[in-house]
Amino acid sequence: MPQLNKEAKHPVTINLNGKEVNGYAEPRMLLTDFLTHEIGITSCHVGCEHGVCGACTVLVDGNITRACLTFAVQADGCTVDTSESLADENGELSGLQKAFKKHHGLQCGYCTTGVLMSVTAYLRESPNPTEEELRTVLSGHLCRCTGYVGMVRAVMDYCENRPNK
Amino acid sequence: MAELAEKNSFVGQPVERVEDDILLQGKAQYSDHLPTRAGTAHAAILRSPHAHAVIKSVDVSQANAHPGVLDVMTGEDIAKMSEAFLIVLRAPINQWALAVEKVRYVGEPVAIVIARDRYIAEDALSLIQVNYDALEPAVDQEEATRDDSPVVHEAAGSNVVSTREFSYGDPEKAFSEADKIVKIKVKYPRNSQTPLEGFVVNAEYIPGEDLYDVASNYQGPFTSHPVMSMALRVRNSQLRMRTPQWSGGGFGIKVQIFPYVVLVCLASKRVGRPVKWVEDRLEHLAAAAAAPNRVVELEAACKSDGTVTGFRFDQLDDYGAFLRAPMPGPLYRMHGILTGAYDIKNMTVRNRVVLTNKCPSAMVRGFGGPQMYFAIERVMHQVAVDLGLDPLDVIQKNLIPAGVFPYRAAAGALLDSGDYPKAVELGVKDGKLEELKKKRDEMRAEGKLYGIGYAAIVEPAQSNMGYLSNILTHEERQRNPKGGAAANATITVDPLGTVSVTADSIPQGQGHQTILSQIVADELGLTPDIIKVNLDFDTAKDAWSIATGNYSSRFSSATTVACYKAAQKIRAKLARIASQSLNVPPEQLDFADGKIFDTSNPENAMKFYRAAGTAHWTPGALPEGMEPCVREIGSWSPPELESPNEKDQINTSLTYGFVFDYCGIEIDRDTGAVKIDKYVTTHDSGKILNPLIADGQVYGAFAWGVGCALYEEFVYGEDGSFKSGTFADYLVPTSSEVPEPQIIHMESPSMVTPLGAKGIAEGNCMSTPVCIANAVADATGENNLTLPLIASKVASIIHGEEPAAPSEGKEDSSRKDQRKQKIRKDGLLRGEGKTIVPATPEKVWETLLDPKALAAVIPGCHELEVLGDYTYRAEVSLGVGPVRGRFRANVSLSNMIEPVSATLSGGLEGPLGASKGSGDVKLEIHDRGTEVSYKYAIELSGTVASVGGRMLQGAAKALVGQFFQRLAGQISGVKTKHNAFVIVTNIWELVLRMLRLKP
Amino acid sequence: MKPKGFDYLKVGSVAEATHALEQGGEDARLIAGGMSLVPMLNFRLVEPSILIDISKIEERKYIKETNGMIEIGSATRQCELEKWPQTQSKLPLIAKALPVLGHYQTRARGTVCGSLVHADPSSELPLCLATLGGEVVLSSATGTRSLKAKEFQTGMLSVAKRSNEMVTAARYPIANPDAGYAFREMSQRHGDYAIVAVAAVVTADKIKLGIGGVADKPTVREWNMLDGSALEDALNAFAWDLGGYDDVHATSRYRRELVRRLGKNTIEEAKKCRS
Repeated sequence: MPQLNKEAKHPVTINLNGKEVNGYAEPRMLLTDFLTHEIGITSCHVGCEHGVCGACTVLVDGNITRACLTFAVQADGCTVDTSESLADENGELSGLQKAFKKHHGLQCGYCTTGVLMSVTAYLRESPNPTEEELRTVLSGHLCRCTGYVGMVRAVMDYCENRPNK
Repeated sequence: MAELAEKNSFVGQPVERVEDDILLQGKAQYSDHLPTRAGTAHAAILRSPHAHAVIKSVDVSQANAHPGVLDVMTGEDIAKMSEAFLIVLRAPINQWALAVEKVRYVGEPVAIVIARDRYIAEDALSLIQVNYDALEPAVDQEEATRDDSPVVHEAAGSNVVSTREFSYGDPEKAFSEADKIVKIKVKYPRNSQTPLEGFVVNAEYIPGEDLYDVASNYQGPFTSHPVMSMALRVRNSQLRMRTPQWSGGGFGIKVQIFPYVVLVCLASKRVGRPVKWVEDRLEHLAAAAAAPNRVVELEAACKSDGTVTGFRFDQLDDYGAFLRAPMPGPLYRMHGILTGAYDIKNMTVRNRVVLTNKCPSAMVRGFGGPQMYFAIERVMHQVAVDLGLDPLDVIQKNLIPAGVFPYRAAAGALLDSGDYPKAVELGVKDGKLEELKKKRDEMRAEGKLYGIGYAAIVEPAQSNMGYLSNILTHEERQRNPKGGAAANATITVDPLGTVSVTADSIPQGQGHQTILSQIVADELGLTPDIIKVNLDFDTAKDAWSIATGNYSSRFSSATTVACYKAAQKIRAKLARIASQSLNVPPEQLDFADGKIFDTSNPENAMKFYRAAGTAHWTPGALPEGMEPCVREIGSWSPPELESPNEKDQINTSLTYGFVFDYCGIEIDRDTGAVKIDKYVTTHDSGKILNPLIADGQVYGAFAWGVGCALYEEFVYGEDGSFKSGTFADYLVPTSSEVPEPQIIHMESPSMVTPLGAKGIAEGNCMSTPVCIANAVADATGENNLTLPLIASKVASIIHGEEPAAPSEGKEDSSRKDQRKQKIRKDGLLRGEGKTIVPATPEKVWETLLDPKALAAVIPGCHELEVLGDYTYRAEVSLGVGPVRGRFRANVSLSNMIEPVSATLSGGLEGPLGASKGSGDVKLEIHDRGTEVSYKYAIELSGTVASVGGRMLQGAAKALVGQFFQRLAGQISGVKTKHNAFVIVTNIWELVLRMLRLKP
Repeated sequence: MKPKGFDYLKVGSVAEATHALEQGGEDARLIAGGMSLVPMLNFRLVEPSILIDISKIEERKYIKETNGMIEIGSATRQCELEKWPQTQSKLPLIAKALPVLGHYQTRARGTVCGSLVHADPSSELPLCLATLGGEVVLSSATGTRSLKAKEFQTGMLSVAKRSNEMVTAARYPIANPDAGYAFREMSQRHGDYAIVAVAAVVTADKIKLGIGGVADKPTVREWNMLDGSALEDALNAFAWDLGGYDDVHATSRYRRELVRRLGKNTIEEAKKCRS
């Protein structure tokens, strides 16, 4: 791969939520800014830009990633999934999303999109966590509205009652 | 009254939120997603690294010349284009959108760069050269009240800018007849609920209309709207404020966007295109707003049975560097209810407002309640301790009794409904307090540190807009009496019978759309899912008033009522239309299942949409005198919210709920960490409109309460430097720290709101911090507790005397020196050490005075310019590990006793921050040459101090060490490799200077 | 909070990386997971001329056993070591430390070697490296060398890596079956940098204790078997030697107290693990 000059914008192609999209980025452009301001999606939220709050969490090639600690050029050629990928094409919420709704697992919704992606990736590895294990994983996200109660209940309920458990 | 409760089917039910689908799918447009037109410029703000300094000059030429930069504005520009913000007090405390002449807190905006994009704008910030003359800051709020303190605003004459005294009942008698007077002094820290989404302002000046069009995640109150329009020198109608439907949390802090709205408006006017500014996290933590830190001295007059007959309050509230409207709200918003949940008739109050060199204070969830209840509930606990009683018995003995509502509290609050003793009994029983007490006994028997704490509080909601009038005397108030709180909502039924609702509540995630849809659905016989509630807001089009916005739990007893009233009007109108067709009087009609029908003959019915359609399609067929179309505004201001009376009594809020909490905590004996074992919170918040949402508010308030109790504080150094600039320093509790509390409800409907609802979202912000503190007091026996109770602080209570260091004789002396250097006190970087230089003291002295030699010794020194006798300016690059910064340093030598000792003092400034300090150097003859011993103390401020606190001490040490190594090398002729970087964080750089300069 | 401009190069091999380091000079920086570096870039505490991305060097993604050590390649993420089936048996100390290293989300990106190079004095993996006496492998365009933890760790955020070198692997000694291992730390919240972190290795006749978060780098002390008040005295002397410092989270006194108390508990736990 050639060295990318800092002064120039470089083409970046990602497979975003199942569709290939293209944009341009200087090497220093954060993935958060690229997704929001270059591509124009609304599901990657900026909360701290130093990797603590978790609001910008997305999956890059299936791995949990803080988009604020990732440069767009690093994601070139990768798949990126955000919470916009979770509902089906008719807008029918996924089981996990429905559980969040049922248990009032969100208020302002700003942290929620990141939380959903962390939980999605985590449950692939550990489909039946204990509440304590789940709380440990959720501790990588700050939520100022909910006190975490609703989101913990939602995930536990989802794990207990999902159809192909 | 709860009229609606009688017939509802949706109000009171745990209806799932209509907001959730879009939020869960990540499709909601927050402020940063709002469309901006091509050519929109982006702003970045240069902020002060100093707590207090004169701005001698600002050179923006380099920044202006930077490619992509459109313009740079300074305080001087802003002062020409705008007025200082109006404030509540008549005092010469002038604030503009950028600092003018002086900076008064770390993080204060000094200049704004407007550029093609945010990245370029930030590049240009480092090119602005500001020449500051640092002043002594006033940092500690109590010291700031003294006559010899530095003054934040010279024109105000003093930092204490308001003092008011109040007396209610017969306090003298209560205290003279008391069996015991219990006195406490408590300090409540600075904190904030820090929404995850920061401030966003999109602004465009439209010249042909002389209009500012703003879209921002502002949350109200719109009392700030005239403040902004006056600052911008336009009529109110020429500032169009729009707020989006979606906002990433507010918690009161987003009121403080208003100075930035003005700033970005002016920037847009200057560059002739729209400008967007997005606050980042460091800016938010350092400079958005904090709840005021408060010192309270509270005395309680007690009878020996635990009855409290009087209070003497002395409150000192710290508002930071400016008094931004509506400050000092937190000191007065709770005024009417200063006696809390207790039947105490006698009270004196002294309220003082003090300014300091810290970030201005503002509204934060709880709005004065956490500070006030921390004092009240700590004193009630202390009464129990001092009288040998059970704390819960003391609470119960003093509660306002059942059956006396509406109850007028000593300072004027009109408590609308409740049964406090019953709520306490319910909480005790359903929360199983007896089991918890048993557990405490068992844990203690096992040697554990376990405690139980209590708190009983009254939770006010919907502020009386006249509450701040009490800061004036009765005579002063008469000129312009204020009182009331208007709310507005509009309902439209379109030609096809679809119902749309708009309202003035400006939510940040509290589920207002859902609750309004429940209310309208019940009133019109529809279902909530088909009611479209749109809560984005536009001052140019929506019905609004000064109270508009989301704060002080306003929604459930204000906007809901306005909406209910609008729905009633719609219903009345449609009933009249239907009555024509159905041939029965309107009073005989009811609404259900999308139909309007005759209650005596339900078959005689008309579709809802047909009745509405008539008003659009065939207005000529409407009843005599009826206007066409279906659109109604509901406006409401409760009559109970009057201006303060001549005795300074004021009903500060409309509704008053009751919260009773208790908890069991365990303290780890080794680490001092506090673990919440059980938490029970009982609420009587009147009629609950949606239990799912109500509980969500309790959980959220509780989590922040836990943060305030155990983790969260904005920390300032003695020098006014800000030390909590990241989410690794300002500790927001996570899912691992916040347990699930048990919530118990009781419902005593409010008698002053048609829906019977009260506020529920702030109670635990007020009750939880002090409840946990009381439990820690119970566990440790320590009564002098200051939040947050971080483990280190609790450990200092339980660990007793530290084991002594191994005896001096045995200890290697170099280790001892090392140790001294590592120990830092009181927020300054301090250190001392010594080194042997193989040369005579005269030779060392000479080296230190020789600018060339000095330049070679100073790590990272590019240039050393001699400004005068022993006064130098240097350009230095310093860093630690990968962290590097370039700084301008000014250093001078004084107290010079050749070749024995000198004092080096100076300051450092660069994009990463500023520092100043001084050090003493002593030279003594040693058998291997000269022993150079040094002591230094350095203050660091700005980015590095805010985000790099963990690294500073090590960096300072590394730099100092480097300096002396080089000194030895230079003198003895052994050159250290010149390009061997001494890399120490910028902060450290300061340290270096001090050391270097102190020959 | 946006970084200053830099050139960017994604490399596919160590040779490419070290070549780029030679070209880039003093201001070149390597990025692997970026969990520590990018926050510093965003705050503009670090302003590199070029960022060399080594996260995709496939040859450096491995965990293998070699000469009594477990060698971990520089592209190996922390979560991969956490999930490696033999971590529990071969690196029990690290198995105990990993769950408290940052968060699930940061371990998914952060690399083992990156954490060692960042050299935060509170950090878990550098402490384990120091306590176990591990080493790191450094490569430059001109050669490869390995450094013992003691030689590598030089101070606050500082290591003996030259600017033209990259750390290509870390090596941790395989557990001694006769030793007990324990790791504890105190942090305010789950996942925070430790105020004090403690690693203990106990054998039949020796106690080795590593402390992070008190001095400017992990510090290890070894004693012949001690008990009771002799152990307490030794810990007290260690605590005073380390000194500690005050910051917004804790006082120096508190840090020393944790050395004494957590030190003792961790040693006791390690003793139990032996039996």
